[in-house]
Amino acid sequence: MGTYVYEVMANVGEAITRNKQMLTDLDAAIGDGDHGINMARGFEAVHSKMQAMEAEIDIGKVMKTVGMTLISSVGGAAGPLYGTAFLRAAGPSQQKTQVDVETAGLMLGAAITGIKERGKAIRGEKTMLDALEPAYDAFMEGAKDGKSLIACLEVACEAAQQGVEYTKTIVATKGRASYLGERSRGHQDPGATSSYIMLKALLEFLRR
Amino acid sequence: MVGVVIVSHSQKVAEGIREMALQMAAPQQQVIAAGGMADGGIGTDAVKVSEAIIAANTGDGVVILVDLGSAVLSTETAFEFLDDELRAKVKIADAPILEGAISAVVEASLGSSLAAVVATAEGARALNKC
Repeated sequence: MGTYVYEVMANVGEAITRNKQMLTDLDAAIGDGDHGINMARGFEAVHSKMQAMEAEIDIGKVMKTVGMTLISSVGGAAGPLYGTAFLRAAGPSQQKTQVDVETAGLMLGAAITGIKERGKAIRGEKTMLDALEPAYDAFMEGAKDGKSLIACLEVACEAAQQGVEYTKTIVATKGRASYLGERSRGHQDPGATSSYIMLKALLEFLRR
Repeated sequence: MVGVVIVSHSQKVAEGIREMALQMAAPQQQVIAAGGMADGGIGTDAVKVSEAIIAANTGDGVVILVDLGSAVLSTETAFEFLDDELRAKVKIADAPILEGAISAVVEASLGSSLAAVVATAEGARALNKC
């Protein structure tokens, strides 16, 4: 990543904006119908912030800024959840200008722990964790096998995509969708979907 | 006096509740509305909430009344931005936002402790209307 961190974030933001309507439609089916709008607003704010700090090369500081910006601009539950994730990812990347497989694994792990603590959620409740936790497990498996960062992210993205599919089969027990109970089954979780979109945008950028 | 912060997705809701609660308040009572996003849109903003908590604290702590879902997440996130001393003196009341805010303000204006204000606010859950 290194000095590419701004371009990575820009790429992630573009992917979210491109999928704004799809995320909002998924949320309209089982939630309050604002996930895409909220996330796009958050990443637009991140984009403005990034332009103002482009001389910063400490990835940890950039992650922290991304987290704080999402917290104060997303508006829905995704704000504090993803915001906390980026704030936690700032820990392992502090004073780093490059991210290797080990650091990326630590960042992903810290981010997921943050989401679990903030949301008091676990896997299987039809949330972003159903994409992120399998992705993390696959990433760490790849890291153990000595795979490259890109190869680790490839298996992580595959696992996240399967996780998104899995959310269609289960009932929501966390968040606004839990009000729907059994009627939430059959629908794809918007939070799991946005998590997958972000991981995939990261992978696609690194493949270039 | 324990401060009161009202966290709603809607700026209008938070300000309206503040206005109603202030009718019951002692003159020095702090009641701060932290509703909506910076652009006035619907949502909750943890940074705004943390600033409201700091503004509401006069040394005796702050009780926070919240509406739905992400209002809780944003408030808990806001706690992370507080210094340790203040963080030990803040509490979300598990209560209906309007009735809880009014109950909290009445109790806080008597000069009661944070624990007492939280208990009174949460007691608003049992209020019968008819």
